[in-house]
Amino acid sequence: MSAASVQLPNWITYGLMPILNLTLAFVISGLLIWLIGESPINALVLLLRGALGNGEGVGFTLFYATSFIFTGLSVAVAFHAGLFNIGSEGQAYLGGLGCALVALALDQYVPWYVTAPFAVVGSAIFGAAWALIPAWLQAKRGSHIVITTIMFNFIGAALMVYLLVNVLIVPRMMAPETRIFLDGGRLPRLDWLMAMFGLRLGPAPFNVSFLIALVMCFLVWLLIWRSKLGYEMRTLGASPSAAVYAGVRYVRTVVVSMLISGGLAGMMALNPVLGSAARLQVEFVGGAGFVGIAVSLMGRNHPFGILLASLLFGILYQGGNALSFDMPGISHEMVLVIQGLVILFAGALEYMFRPALVRIYQNLARR
Amino acid sequence: MNQDPAIELVGIDKKFGTVHANKDINLTVAKGTIHGIVGENGAGKSTLMSIIYGFYHADRGEIRVNGKPVTVRDSQAAIEAGIGMVHQHFMLVENFTVLENVMLGAEGGALLAKGIASARAELKRLEDEYGLVIDPDAMIEQLPVGLQQRVEILKAMYRGAEILILDEPTGVLTPAEADHLFRILKVLRDQGKTVILITHKLREIMAITDTVSVMRRGEMVATLRTAETTVEELAELMVGRRVLLRVQKGEASPGDIVLSVRNLSVRDNRGVTMVDNVSFDVRAGEIVGIAGVAGNGQSELLEAIAGIRKPTSGEIVLDGKTVDQTDPAGLREMGLAHIPEDRHHMGLVLKFEEYENSVLGYHRSPAYSKGPLLDLEAIRKDATEKIEKYDIRPPNPRLKTANFSGGNQQKIVVAREIERDPKMLIIGQPTRGVDIGAIEFIHRRIIEMRDAGKAILLVSVELDEIRSLSDRILVMFAGHVVGEKTRDADEQTLGLMMAGIAA
Repeated sequence: MSAASVQLPNWITYGLMPILNLTLAFVISGLLIWLIGESPINALVLLLRGALGNGEGVGFTLFYATSFIFTGLSVAVAFHAGLFNIGSEGQAYLGGLGCALVALALDQYVPWYVTAPFAVVGSAIFGAAWALIPAWLQAKRGSHIVITTIMFNFIGAALMVYLLVNVLIVPRMMAPETRIFLDGGRLPRLDWLMAMFGLRLGPAPFNVSFLIALVMCFLVWLLIWRSKLGYEMRTLGASPSAAVYAGVRYVRTVVVSMLISGGLAGMMALNPVLGSAARLQVEFVGGAGFVGIAVSLMGRNHPFGILLASLLFGILYQGGNALSFDMPGISHEMVLVIQGLVILFAGALEYMFRPALVRIYQNLARR
Repeated sequence: MNQDPAIELVGIDKKFGTVHANKDINLTVAKGTIHGIVGENGAGKSTLMSIIYGFYHADRGEIRVNGKPVTVRDSQAAIEAGIGMVHQHFMLVENFTVLENVMLGAEGGALLAKGIASARAELKRLEDEYGLVIDPDAMIEQLPVGLQQRVEILKAMYRGAEILILDEPTGVLTPAEADHLFRILKVLRDQGKTVILITHKLREIMAITDTVSVMRRGEMVATLRTAETTVEELAELMVGRRVLLRVQKGEASPGDIVLSVRNLSVRDNRGVTMVDNVSFDVRAGEIVGIAGVAGNGQSELLEAIAGIRKPTSGEIVLDGKTVDQTDPAGLREMGLAHIPEDRHHMGLVLKFEEYENSVLGYHRSPAYSKGPLLDLEAIRKDATEKIEKYDIRPPNPRLKTANFSGGNQQKIVVAREIERDPKMLIIGQPTRGVDIGAIEFIHRRIIEMRDAGKAILLVSVELDEIRSLSDRILVMFAGHVVGEKTRDADEQTLGLMMAGIAA
């Protein structure tokens, strides 16, 4: 067998390898920053200070992380069933419609904690619905889920623009967005949670969605590793022929997995729509669906890993914003390049160091 | 016989974690001989061969080819040292021709024309010299298994192999194909090549090898001249105790019909009819064996009965009830257990931990679940009991299934299916790639099931296995049941029927 089948201890696979990947991404980013004539060390300090240096920075970091947890879980659930859901972006977008409709309907009549459960369900149902057709096409017709979900991202984007421009827009207003939700349709910020750590949230939109995301992490763990459905999903994902043998119903399992995946993606909308902007806007997802793929890969499709990876990407997002603000030489595009490098090394090239580590490990183990 | 060593292993030692796969192995194979290596699964044969071929690196020890020490870093280095390997599972590109497969990785230059011409000439030479006859323009997917294997041998020869390692080469061959392979191996030997044959079939060792080495639990326990040993001696060396090579069983006492197959026709994935209007019954307390060369419809028949493959026509009656042929889970509930032909693709999920596989297919049973959740405690307890009862090694339900040896993997499947106490047991290739000790164990369990009044349908390409276990033998050829024989039918008659020559 080649190096691929050699088992490495968990601390290498789950600890050392991601750290090495991350370090390499930062080293190359540093090189780029040095090339354009700025100080890499300064940039790193600014990035970290911007993301973690004060209550507001932490608040923004956690706010971004919340979105990535949802989309990361979405990608991971589908992945366990052997499905590569590229459509979290579009499903999250539609999820926004679901929770916005709930907020618009209820915000005048009830307090937020009554609206919230309906909004969670609404966003999940709309997100799931957007995953249903690709799931059905995969299950029944064998149309590849990667292709169909990508296409549905475009259809979803077009549909949402149409709805916001023609249906949901406030009459006589210019911006393609809904009216601003009243307090009954907003998810409150978590000032108290930050205060427990002696931090002041300031204007950062860190909100209740974060707690919902944590609950979802637990539920996804329960689903994948403790439930019969999760067992069937993993069987299907690991060996489709064994799944047939075991009597796992293909159509049902594919559709249910994608509905759960789409539902989790849809819930991401709670964070920006109900937790921050308090209205539905165009393109509020802003790529979080795609970041979810990197988060899931980097988190090894495990909720705890996804939580950590989401925090990392939250730091990169918030720190990156702060960096381009504080260092005029570093444009927003440069920040995107750094984020891209992290995705490249931590996600796409996650096993790049593996053969080398296997060799070193075997050499050491021999002594 | 030339006595110069072609390959020497000196003090090869390899550990995987706590598993000592090869303990200080010394082996010398003389040039121009056929050397057999036998041992139970998990004895370390495959590890040793993987070290020679550069898949693994030995922790200690030295490999010498023609007396010179070599470092086999990877398979490329092995090829350069003149070592060729024919794997148990072929490594061929199905939709390439023979010629293209042989050239693959040795095309020579950016443009193919020159490489094709020289490969064609070389194939012709190999054909003349060693009798390796094959049409170089045939598609791999259209070739029978025996010829696909010949392509693997040609690939190794084309790369200039002087030492040819074959890993369980006859597992997928008919007796006639196996004979043909042996003739080829003998020609290769007579031309001065060295052949190392890894197998668990002792009869083959006796028939073809010049010398034989026996491995047990990572150690090389003996190297003998084949002419001076016996099957019994080899079996004893392999297992470390006396073994019964012949299954002992009493007369069957068949009861009521449990499974009844009526006018069944089944197509395979390509739409070719593989089972054509087949009817038969299986009664409680009897073992019905289906003999036949692989690919004559047995696999499709089994899959149809197990509810995995939908038949095109006909019906299957289980315990008096016509069954829904698309619902394997429902069939399990009706008391049908299925040990599938291919444990890697069907019977097990290799990525799963052992205990997860110990309930595959039965995970919805109330015994293993609490509402929508799995009852992990019950499953692990159950898995531990099965591990003890079936002597599955290593006895660790949390170990990844891929890390068990073939025989132990098969025991996981057998334990799972038998311990559910089914009414009807259908079994495909119960001992493929399984070592002698485990074969004996599995055979005994199957007989016990029969004696407990279960109906058993057995498919195997090993004629010996069919003959020693079955009470009745059906022979399948080209999708038809061409005849029924009692267990005393002689090998010759069955062989002719399997080849489609009416008896």
